[in-house]
Amino acid sequence: MTLSTTNTTIPPPKAQKVVTQPGDRIFLGLSRGSGILLLVIMAAIAIFLTVRAVHAISHDHGNFLSTFEWNADQTPPVFGIAVLAYGTIISSVIAMVIAVPIGVGIALFISHYAPRRLASPLAYLVDLLAAVPSIVYGLWGAIYLVPNLQGLNLWLNEYLGWTGIFHKTDPSSSARSLFTVGILLAIMVLPIITNVSREVFRQVPKAHEEAALALGATRWEVIRMAVLPFARSGIISASMLGLGRALGETMAVAIVLSASPQLTIHLLDPAGGTFAQNIAAKFGEATDFGRDALIASGLVLFVITLLVNGAARLIIARRKEYSGANA
Amino acid sequence: MAKRIDVSGLTAYYGNHKAIDDISMTIEPRSVTAFIGPSGCGKSTFLRTLNRMHEVTPGGRVEGKVMLDDENLYAVGVDPVAVRRTVGMVFQRPNPFPTMSIYDNVAAGLRLNGTAKKQDLDTIVEKSLKGANLWNEVKDRLSKPGAGLSGGQQQRLCIARAIAVEPKVLLMDEPCSALDPISTLAVEDLIGELKERFTIVIVTHNMQQAARVSDRTAFFNLAGVGQPGKLVEIDDTERIFSNPSVQATEDYISGRFG
Ligand SMILES: Nc1ncnc2c1ncn2[C@@H]1O[C@H](COP(=O)(O)OP(=O)(O)OP(=O)(O)O)[C@@H](O)[C@H]1O
Ligand SMILES: [Mg+2]
Repeated sequence: MTLSTTNTTIPPPKAQKVVTQPGDRIFLGLSRGSGILLLVIMAAIAIFLTVRAVHAISHDHGNFLSTFEWNADQTPPVFGIAVLAYGTIISSVIAMVIAVPIGVGIALFISHYAPRRLASPLAYLVDLLAAVPSIVYGLWGAIYLVPNLQGLNLWLNEYLGWTGIFHKTDPSSSARSLFTVGILLAIMVLPIITNVSREVFRQVPKAHEEAALALGATRWEVIRMAVLPFARSGIISASMLGLGRALGETMAVAIVLSASPQLTIHLLDPAGGTFAQNIAAKFGEATDFGRDALIASGLVLFVITLLVNGAARLIIARRKEYSGANA
Repeated sequence: MAKRIDVSGLTAYYGNHKAIDDISMTIEPRSVTAFIGPSGCGKSTFLRTLNRMHEVTPGGRVEGKVMLDDENLYAVGVDPVAVRRTVGMVFQRPNPFPTMSIYDNVAAGLRLNGTAKKQDLDTIVEKSLKGANLWNEVKDRLSKPGAGLSGGQQQRLCIARAIAVEPKVLLMDEPCSALDPISTLAVEDLIGELKERFTIVIVTHNMQQAARVSDRTAFFNLAGVGQPGKLVEIDDTERIFSNPSVQATEDYISGRFG
């Protein structure tokens, strides 16, 4: 057939020739190079950490998961992450329980309630809070928060002590407890939760709010109908960012917490520890093997953070259909 | 059920900018009134003063009176939230709540009133969707998100949502401007049915549409950029389109504008 013969004689259309200028080529090389470099560095770090951690765990004479104490430098070494994992999670949960509602509340106030004259200074103030270094929070926590929370501790012990959670074994002991750490962490993660939520609330389309208003919704009903559902995944992201910071917070916890290898449900007792706090406290004097053990605990913290993030993504993805992204 | 609207001396501002000036008109119950006029002449602004949505805009301010039967919407002590439950609104761009199902969208306003029980809700949702000529298309997927419908279906969903709370007046701001001709016809037919029960005010840029659906037509105009919009005349639609009393109206309708 003529058609096919002509087709074969005409060279097939080539992919359009890319105009390569020296600038383009240099940029391409640079970006590709740095991408590869980044991957190599990350792989190297991961391999290094895993090898050291596995080495430490295989020489642990206790059970790495269930042992309370952390004595990696004695012979034979006995260490485990039970207390650290418990303390890390509990203090972060306390922080979230306090910070998420308050942070979302402040964000709503700034974006939907406050008159403009008040909203921007308030937003600025929250930004400032985010800029305070964590060591300063730690010092403030130890010097101010610990003594001043004693009253609250005793009150909780007296009226809610029967729950066990708020039982204080020795009422005269100081408030250097997981509970205090949780409160301090809440203050520290409040700015990030507030700022991210505020941005999300601002992006709620006017059309949705007006739809609710036109139906005769009050301000709070508008927020419930149009703002919060739309901002839901954003609030989850904000909380996860805050949680990430709370889980990994080091100096503030190390300064405030009176650490001990005890795993107790009495959150007001000065006891327990967290991953980051334990690393900060032990790293300086640790032997090479002790450092490997600490690296192992750091890896566990990393895995926990990954799991938390994964869970958050799942929650967000599950209702994607309703996310409003397609509106 | 439907109520008469009686506007007198209504002026609306955005901050210091006077958007509409001294508008007075009467809108009869169970009728369709169309607002026409060039862009920026204040049709939307005026419409939004009729259910106190104008003051939602930062800087939005209103002077004058809007009587709904014998109640002044702008009298001291009148709750704008209550006004908006009586005077419903449909917007230019379909805006169903994206996070809600079709069913919940229609039920949203009823739930605000907090009265409806599950069976009542079911009944009213079905009735409203039927009223909006949408029931047959969505009855099998009431629990699916409202945002998954076509634009025309979404707009009818918004109409169903608005009429579910049984308002006395229904305001529509260019409800068909984002729709294709077939959906537009569907909405126009719907308006014809709804006027049996509601007082309807519709803003439109489409002359044929105004001629097709409305009983009365109001022509707005503005003297120049930055000038406030004014009501030029309001009359029976037939007269406006055949023999208006003001020359500017005829110029606008016949396209000899500006
Ligand atoms: N949010 C706002 N802030 C300040 N000025 C506004 C605002 N909305 C509208 N205006 C001004 O008010 C005047 C009337 O606007 P409006 O939206 O009511 O006109 P319109 O007749 O509905 O126009 P269109 O046909 O384009 O929808 C215009 O001059 C416009 O610039
Ligand atoms: Mg308009």
